[in-house]
Amino acid sequence: MNRLIVSPSPHDENYLKTSTIMLNVIIALMPALIVGCVYFGLRALLLTAVCVGSCVLFEFLTRKLMKRENTIGDLSAVVTGVILAMNLPSTLPLWMAVIGSFVAIVVVKQLFGGIGQNFANPAITARIVLMVSFPAAMTRWVEPFTHEAVDAVSGATPLVLDSFRGTTDEILMPSYLDLFLGKTGGCLGETCALALLIGGLYLAVRKIINLAAPLSFIGSLFVLTWVSGGDPVYQILAGGVFLGAFFMATDYATTPISTKGKIVFGLGCGLITFVIRRFGSFPEGVSFSILLMNVLTPYIEQLTRTKVLGAKEAEKNE
Amino acid sequence: MADKKNSLFGELTKGIIKENPTLVMLLGMCPTLAVTTQAMNGIGMGLATTFVLLGSNIVISALRKVIPDKVRIPAFIVIIASFVTLIGFLLEGFVPSLYDSLGIYLTLITVNCIIFGRAEMFASKNNVIASAFDAIGMGIGFTLALFLMGSIREIIGAGQWMGMDIPVMHSNPMLLFIMPAGGFFTLGCIIAAVNKLKNKKPPQELSCGGCEGCPMAEKCGTKESDK
Repeated sequence: MNRLIVSPSPHDENYLKTSTIMLNVIIALMPALIVGCVYFGLRALLLTAVCVGSCVLFEFLTRKLMKRENTIGDLSAVVTGVILAMNLPSTLPLWMAVIGSFVAIVVVKQLFGGIGQNFANPAITARIVLMVSFPAAMTRWVEPFTHEAVDAVSGATPLVLDSFRGTTDEILMPSYLDLFLGKTGGCLGETCALALLIGGLYLAVRKIINLAAPLSFIGSLFVLTWVSGGDPVYQILAGGVFLGAFFMATDYATTPISTKGKIVFGLGCGLITFVIRRFGSFPEGVSFSILLMNVLTPYIEQLTRTKVLGAKEAEKNE
Repeated sequence: MADKKNSLFGELTKGIIKENPTLVMLLGMCPTLAVTTQAMNGIGMGLATTFVLLGSNIVISALRKVIPDKVRIPAFIVIIASFVTLIGFLLEGFVPSLYDSLGIYLTLITVNCIIFGRAEMFASKNNVIASAFDAIGMGIGFTLALFLMGSIREIIGAGQWMGMDIPVMHSNPMLLFIMPAGGFFTLGCIIAAVNKLKNKKPPQELSCGGCEGCPMAEKCGTKESDK
């Protein structure tokens, strides 16, 4: 009988739905995914399909099992699946991809309460779990366009090749153009900086993401490499920097809310990536840096809390 | 008499699930996480701890009226350390491989919370027989928990069980599980399972003054009976 609905603002419920945001992210991921499939062949497409399918299935099953409302309609599981696939080498056995999806959706996301409640990025955590668990399979890179030959040519990633600088093998290093277009070995969605840039800018134009975190991430890595005498252009184009910066350092649930916080988040990512690449035993540090900053996010949030307009300074020692 | 027998049996069985030292009371986390990379290590650690626990519980219980309250902790340590030294020499002499794989954690049994906890909470207040039963029950509970954790971690993380290869798992072990992170993950999952098994609803502490006169009483999830 009571037809009057009293609710807190915002009242326009169609303003920006989760599924709209996620759909835009999927659209933004498409260029890089298509480029990945062109470079690495149908295997890349199959791997992506398996990741997306298993992510959605796990989301559905865990929600069902926990007797919570079904959330596969918000497309967040699809996004997680696509991003996870883009973080994997195209040769990865499919069952490992399914384990990755399980970690991403069940362990990282649903055990903590589902979308918006997870403290870490599901796809990046799944990648790290797979990386630590199956180091051999996770580093079996192939060169682009060689997948149709009987034996795909295995190739090192640009970051490994970077250590050849100054030696006779320097000729193996890809040029800046190759790096920008992604004609190098690597995870299936991370190689083409151009396609990722297009996707990231699309999201920024649609106001889905704020460019503060990506820019400070890429910028700080650039400056740190430059200052330390490395090749800054090479370092930001190689590896997963663009994929991480535009699509994972901008995740709503696991990064700070305020712009100031986002900048701190990006700077931290850049710093940790630089330290791991330069001094660590892993060639690539983007995924670890994002996960570590995810963990620090609540503290960044606290330190960069914006003052509410007109609010009085809170009294200390309450 | 029957009642007495019952209570002794109760002391023995409570350590296995209801008051399991590792999985319910969360004592002795350090060896639990560190040595359970293999099922065999879990058993070895569990049995060594059980031996020390049994010895220290009996001696402490026997001496409970002699030990002055103010210096009980140093007295307990001396007793526990004697038994740890004993088991250390025994293992080094007879099972050197196990001695090597347990490493520092064997000597650290001295400061294991389970042994201290039982000495403080049980042995110093109960008679010798009850303390011995308590020690055996707690020891079995600890050993079972370590064995379970070791088995899970060894099977998934190394594709082996008790040193034997498991056909399919062996070719692609999930290395994460024998690393520290995998230890925490396994422990968390087991504790969740035991909580589910033990009681449908985990005990909640009422932080408020009770439901009477509380405006949130209707919507509040905790019940007065949980207090």
